[in-house]
Amino acid sequence: MSDMRFTKDHEWIKVEGDTGTVGISDYAQHALGDVVFVEVPEPGRKLAKGDEAAVVESVKAASEVYSPVSGTVIKGNAAIVDQPGLVNEAAEGGAWFFTIKLSNAAELSELMDRAAYDAYLKTLE
Amino acid sequence: MRYLPLTDSDRRAMLADIGAKDVDALFKDVPAAARLTEALPLPRHQGELEVERAFTRMAGKNLSAGCAPFFIGAGVYRHHIPAALDQLLMRGEFLTAYTPYQPEVSQGTLQVLFEFQTQVAMITGMDVANASMYDGATACAEAAVMACRVTKRNKVLLSGSLHPHYAETTETSLRYTEMEAELLPPDPLGFEDLLGRVDSQTACVIVQNPGFFGGVRDLRSLAAICHEAGALLVVLVAEPTSLGLFESPGAMGADIVVCEGQSLGMGMNFGGPGLGLFATRDKFVRQMPGRLAGQTVDVDGKRGWVLTLSTREQHIRREKATSNICTNSGLCALAFSIHLTLLGGTGFAKLAELNHAKAVQLEQKLSKVKGLRVLPQSYYNEFAVHLGDEVKAAEVVDALADKGILAGVAASRFYPTWPELAPVLILAATETNTEDDMDRLVAALKEVV
Amino acid sequence: MSETNSISGNKGLQIEEKLIFELGNPGCIGVDLPEPGPVDLDRMGGVRKREPFGLPDLSEPQVVRHYTRLSQKNYGIDTGFYPLGSCTMKHNPRLSEKVARLPGLADLHPFQPQKTVQGALEVIDGLAHWLKELTGMPAVAMSPAAGAHGEWCGLMAIRSAHEDKGEGHRRRVLVPESAHGTNPASAAMCGYTVDPIPAKDNGRVDLDALKAKLGPDVACLMLTNPNTCGLFESEIIEIAKAIHGAGAYFYCDGANFNAIVGRVKVADLGIDCMHINLHKTFSTPHGGGGPGAGPTVLSDALADYAPVPYVVHGKNGLELVEGPREGAKPFGRVKGYHGQFGVFVRALAYILSMGSDGLRQASSDAVLNANYLQARLSDVLSASFEGPCMHEALFDDRFLKDSGVTTLDFAKALIDEGYHPMTMYFPLVVHGALLMEPTETESKDTLDQFIAVVRGLAAKAKAGAAEEFKSAPRNTPRRRLDETLAARTPVLRWKAGSNQ
Repeated sequence: MSDMRFTKDHEWIKVEGDTGTVGISDYAQHALGDVVFVEVPEPGRKLAKGDEAAVVESVKAASEVYSPVSGTVIKGNAAIVDQPGLVNEAAEGGAWFFTIKLSNAAELSELMDRAAYDAYLKTLE
Repeated sequence: MRYLPLTDSDRRAMLADIGAKDVDALFKDVPAAARLTEALPLPRHQGELEVERAFTRMAGKNLSAGCAPFFIGAGVYRHHIPAALDQLLMRGEFLTAYTPYQPEVSQGTLQVLFEFQTQVAMITGMDVANASMYDGATACAEAAVMACRVTKRNKVLLSGSLHPHYAETTETSLRYTEMEAELLPPDPLGFEDLLGRVDSQTACVIVQNPGFFGGVRDLRSLAAICHEAGALLVVLVAEPTSLGLFESPGAMGADIVVCEGQSLGMGMNFGGPGLGLFATRDKFVRQMPGRLAGQTVDVDGKRGWVLTLSTREQHIRREKATSNICTNSGLCALAFSIHLTLLGGTGFAKLAELNHAKAVQLEQKLSKVKGLRVLPQSYYNEFAVHLGDEVKAAEVVDALADKGILAGVAASRFYPTWPELAPVLILAATETNTEDDMDRLVAALKEVV
Repeated sequence: MSETNSISGNKGLQIEEKLIFELGNPGCIGVDLPEPGPVDLDRMGGVRKREPFGLPDLSEPQVVRHYTRLSQKNYGIDTGFYPLGSCTMKHNPRLSEKVARLPGLADLHPFQPQKTVQGALEVIDGLAHWLKELTGMPAVAMSPAAGAHGEWCGLMAIRSAHEDKGEGHRRRVLVPESAHGTNPASAAMCGYTVDPIPAKDNGRVDLDALKAKLGPDVACLMLTNPNTCGLFESEIIEIAKAIHGAGAYFYCDGANFNAIVGRVKVADLGIDCMHINLHKTFSTPHGGGGPGAGPTVLSDALADYAPVPYVVHGKNGLELVEGPREGAKPFGRVKGYHGQFGVFVRALAYILSMGSDGLRQASSDAVLNANYLQARLSDVLSASFEGPCMHEALFDDRFLKDSGVTTLDFAKALIDEGYHPMTMYFPLVVHGALLMEPTETESKDTLDQFIAVVRGLAAKAKAGAAEEFKSAPRNTPRRRLDETLAARTPVLRWKAGSNQ
């Protein structure tokens, strides 16, 4: 898990080769409460870093999931569309939102590592 | 004052608890320059007797529909309202409740909305309906916006069969957006070619059935053309009792059905409030505007109802909401629902047959008026008639009003710049019209046409 | 103390009631209609319905009992104290209902010849007159159907005025973070983008931050006043000056106009337009979510853009203008017909009953009642801001810190005590908000009882009775409902054989 990188909007990305897997952090799922609806991007969609890529909703909140990097969507996670509750159970594991082929790996260096993200969360309390 | 329970001694005691010298001290944040020091120079308070007298006087200046042979429709229809309905509507628990934000103490309103949504879905032939919009015109505009959202296209095609107020409201709603409305000319004969106008840019076609001039059409081929082009078919029903007789828009292929619900349960009330019905397919439900009641269970496992899918709405999604609507037409939805429940499936169909039979009877009687011809081939309870090339329908309406007959509405009221519509009069007949009403209308028309 | 379950599932007056679709009995009917005779199929365009609807058949007594039972599962103002902040749940006079049902007002068609509806036009004109006088504004667009609709109407007038002056590039709207969600949603419908402005520690708009956001692309400010924290924007005149200085307009959300009627003319505050919720300020019933009405007053700069229709004094009496007219530049039409006429009748009946003296007394009493709640509860709850409030008192959840009780739990416990809860979690600018609006139609006795209950509950919460709060409400027709289930697996209508 130490190779995960985080955004200030609480997305995470884990990269293997030039493929990134993107999800929302455990902090984010907790803040949302019971997730009831998820929308993931279509394969082939081109995203710039910071673009709205997916949607996650609880009963009382709706939030966009922004792409942490630029690239092309490989696929969305159909499992969380069918069972949005998975996001509450495994936000930083099996309940990833989409995979993306990175077009600029250098953008990763702008993201926080686990320690930096934890420190950032402390500032939000 | 009868609505204010505080007495002067209450006020003094409360101010003492607050620690304020007087009420003015509580308004200290108001800039001094804007503070009014005394009541405005307007009439002072009055008792019930005086206020009732004032309204009785104003009411007396009007010719109410019940006092005249009455044949006006054009989007607002006079139907009989069962006596039980108004009694139930006046129950304070319905009348004086707010939007059901606290479901544990709002199960009455919520169950009514769930039943209403089901009834609307059933009669329109759709999967799902919302808990109401303001009226048919605004629901029509919302349907246009939703169709653009669903199709990610910007062009909205408005049929000439559309009620001019619905068309104007929709055009106004799109005026400062990326979306565009194209309005076809008025279509009293039902000859317009919509099929040839649908293309790959079209988000939706909005067509009214029965049309503003009364014509009824089979929408199946239009639905097929729309779907082939990736556009949605929006069907507007201004007279929902017609759904008791005709194939439902859903069965004919509509993607969104919007109605003005006033015909069931509400009086005419000079045109407002109305009731917007809004129904669509399951797959579009998250693109839908307006509130939705949904079924769930409580902590004891008992079936109950809540407002749901609220993330579409303004209080959560703010500028990204599907609509800005908040207050809708809750009490009107209750009235609609009670009326439909009293009618039941059997009564709803019978009411529709009765309305159609009245219109057929009216057409037969009108055939005795020389020079008059009925324009649409098929109709429900309303049709446009042509009074003869030289006749101005507006003048006929005016002359008949002087005889105490409310003889429909002249098309020129909506289309003043279309000379060919000057002789066109739109007439409606409902179960409230007697044969004597019709004879008086025909006799009066014979005199002036 | 043991609770026994009844055989029926009923609890005395709380009677379980099925859906109408589960009650029907084919062959019953609730409305007797004459036989229509044979239908002329030639005239039906070949689209006669063949399938049944699935609507149930019921007789009148079944229907009356169904809706009566459902009504008994509802809390209304008639039932008890309803301090729902920002919603103005005041008594709804029954005289208004009576006059709205006079056939000479209810049984009128909007397209009758105008000479046959002079009295109806007098109602519209008379109400418009009062609204203009009470706000000091020169014009009013009567047709918007509700508050949000009035917001949109006002913004459309603003956009039209800018377009007319060749300033259509102004597309940014400033909206405080504390605003109702309708404000940004209405702005988006006019093609505007929304730029939030922060509040100061005292709950008011930060004037310096506002000035810093002004620029040649700003169309207007949308500000609720009194604001959603129940506070008067004390720098409002300076705010108006700054907005106008930047060539923008000032939209006021009049949802809280009930606090200041007869005590402030909004024209004196520099406002260009404001909607008025007749169902709040002028006491027409909320009806479980409408209908409302949102007439929108306009300044001279915007008056010409008012939508059709409107009433003018002409040579033949009152005239309803439905189309083009010299000098007018209406931005269009916002709904069908002539506005929420039935609501107008009720609002005017209320206004004539209250008169100028009564309306001023009503806002005074509304503010007094709210301040009384604030004063009597501030030592046990946590008031969000210091100083007097206007018509509603705002508390946050600091008083519940470490108690294990949330704002939601606290609200649900109030239900068991026989009250409708206050507004929760709005405005968003304070944590765990509890917004209480008592209105002027509550007696001191009612407030004193409520205060005693709230104080008691606060003491219980602090004493560690979290479990009791979590399980509230217990005495309602239904207890807490599973909103997650409702949203994850939406069931939005009844279907034969699928619901139980």
